[in-house]
Amino acid sequence: MNFITIDKKDWAGGIDKSRKTYRVFGPVQDENGCQLKPLAPDVYPLMDAGVTVMSPKSVLFPQTEKMLTATLDESSEDHHIMKPVEKDNTPRVVLGIRPYDARAIQMVKLNFDNPDYQDPYWCEAYDATTFVGLGINRPDSCDFSTSAGTGPFSEEGLDVLMADLDDRYLAKILTEKGETWAEACGFDTSADAAESQALFDILRKEAEKNITASVDTDRLSEKSILDLYEAPFWDDVAFSCINCGTCTFVCPTCWCFDIQDETKHKTATRFRNWDTCMSPLFTHHASGHNPRGSKVQRVRQRFMHKLKYFVDKYDQGIMCVGCGRCVASCPVNIDIREVCKTMNNYEKE
Amino acid sequence: MDTCIEKIRTICADLLAKGEVQKVIGFAEGSIPMASRPIAVTSKDDVEKLVFNATCGLNLANYVSEALPKDGKIAVTAKGCDSRNLVTHMVENQVSRDRLYIIGIPCTGMVDKRKIAALFEDEITDFIEEGDTLTIVSPQKKEKVSKTDVLRHNCRMCTHRNPVVFDVMAAEPVEEQSLDQPFADVDQIAAMDPETRWAHFQELTKNCIRCYACRNACPLCYCPTCFVDESSPQWVGKGQDKTDINTFHFLRAFHCAGRCTDCGACVEVCPMGINVRDFTRKLNKDALELFGWEAGLDMEKRPPLDVYSPDDPDDFIK
Ligand code: SF4
Ligand code: SF4
Ligand code: SF4
Ligand code: SF4
Repeated sequence: MNFITIDKKDWAGGIDKSRKTYRVFGPVQDENGCQLKPLAPDVYPLMDAGVTVMSPKSVLFPQTEKMLTATLDESSEDHHIMKPVEKDNTPRVVLGIRPYDARAIQMVKLNFDNPDYQDPYWCEAYDATTFVGLGINRPDSCDFSTSAGTGPFSEEGLDVLMADLDDRYLAKILTEKGETWAEACGFDTSADAAESQALFDILRKEAEKNITASVDTDRLSEKSILDLYEAPFWDDVAFSCINCGTCTFVCPTCWCFDIQDETKHKTATRFRNWDTCMSPLFTHHASGHNPRGSKVQRVRQRFMHKLKYFVDKYDQGIMCVGCGRCVASCPVNIDIREVCKTMNNYEKE
Repeated sequence: MDTCIEKIRTICADLLAKGEVQKVIGFAEGSIPMASRPIAVTSKDDVEKLVFNATCGLNLANYVSEALPKDGKIAVTAKGCDSRNLVTHMVENQVSRDRLYIIGIPCTGMVDKRKIAALFEDEITDFIEEGDTLTIVSPQKKEKVSKTDVLRHNCRMCTHRNPVVFDVMAAEPVEEQSLDQPFADVDQIAAMDPETRWAHFQELTKNCIRCYACRNACPLCYCPTCFVDESSPQWVGKGQDKTDINTFHFLRAFHCAGRCTDCGACVEVCPMGINVRDFTRKLNKDALELFGWEAGLDMEKRPPLDVYSPDDPDDFIK
């Protein structure tokens, strides 16, 4: 693998060079907290920001995404025929993505790009995107990524992993996409591979030591689905929940969406929105029946999906990278770490 | 306020032991600093889980209807604003007085968690409350602040800190605040020219993710199907179109007219920290100025929007 060093004095200039070929995304601070946004030409990513309120999944999977459109103007020959909307799939780069969030994108990929289905919108956006991660030197207290199968310096899903060394970044180029991005920025000061790797290893160990939160997941796969489903603890878990869905909206791994059609004047649009299993509408049938009609059923669904169904179906651990966003954002303090423990330790009487 | 928790626990243990109530709705300690969690306690052995502190900013009236068993009573702990929403619930026939045992908690205000977080560059790792003194710890520093200085805006504006209805009080009443300018924030927005005012509201909701936490945390929003969730007719689009986001916020606010107690739960729960009270406060001001009405103070009086009064300030109704 190829290592380069980037003097922080050259960072902004490099980003500017890359703007000729890339749309640049990165963390910025605004009135509502730290957000990941497309950056205007004079804006630079806030590399030492805390965890963004929303995850980077929106770069590939926006909360509202137009898919198809048709004209309803009957004088037009192709009226009422749905056609793909034009997409901007020019290269984009996400700067300062957290390593666990890059791993989460690989999880979301299981849903949007697999042998049975390839979602064209997601796949094209994915192909166009380069992920430049920054290792987390000081993990926060809600971070339990190491026990969720990733970590503060995990490389999975990244094209470049950088480490912050005060006056410079040390960058490990992991893929061809990463190489192309570095070239576009004009970053080409190579660093000694063995030394750099050793430095990365030290930083990773240091950072991992600073993670204090954890979950045990070792016994989830051996539990029976029905035992967990029928376990008596769900009423207590769900009591405080207001079914706002914040936990699923902020989550980098939640992938559910709902398709809607809307017409405005003579134009019809089909688009998709993030959906959430915490909303009663998620399962509301046209007949009026709702198989998941109560709050406790919905809360159970979220945790069963993340901590049991996903575990059983994909054999890749839990559907959670331990970013802690849902823990920090849930307005009634429902904590997935506690629920995971309860599920992992549950013995049917 | 920490002194009243022992009394609350004793009252609850007694109620549960005697079988007078089937459960108690209160607050439990949260799993992270500055968090608390609504909880239902059903056994006297669990009353130790109950806490009450300046982070208990949710409105427990929101949990009452759902928690109510077929027969019998439940107890609920209620700050001033919670008690006013219980009154509103009763006035709107959502729950009857004899099904509730109300444990009133005189309140000296809840803290603004975002304001506290903004005092620190790094993450808050501990939060200790002793009377008016808050000790807040982060990896880099430890700071003592006065609770009064970091109260939520609605608590600074509150003139009903003592519960207006209760079966028992958990402490002696506290002194009510008197305000020179109870609606300075509304007046400031009202004074803007229309473009600036429009821009203010567009900016306010620019990061809204339509999670509806503000609606779901609000005791007033109990419709079985909210207008935003209707599909036939569909009143409002479901995407992130600005018009649809505006429609949600405007209509939600109107649905709270003459009912909102300014408890602040909507702002408390918003993952983006959006001050949606900028919408409801104007209606509260109108209700007060036009009808002399503050919601949730009187179980016998009908709210302004469901009575006809010959001295209505509007001409068109006469
Ligand atoms: S668990 Fe928390 S964040 Fe998720 S829907 Fe319930 S209240 Fe909202
Ligand atoms: S479930 Fe929670 S902690 Fe896990 S990835 Fe999603 S938001 Fe992060
Ligand atoms: S937890 Fe719910 S919203 Fe998230 S992916 Fe699973 S079913 Fe979808
Ligand atoms: S809680 Fe906040 S983000 Fe959610 S719908 Fe309300 S204003 Fe929007």
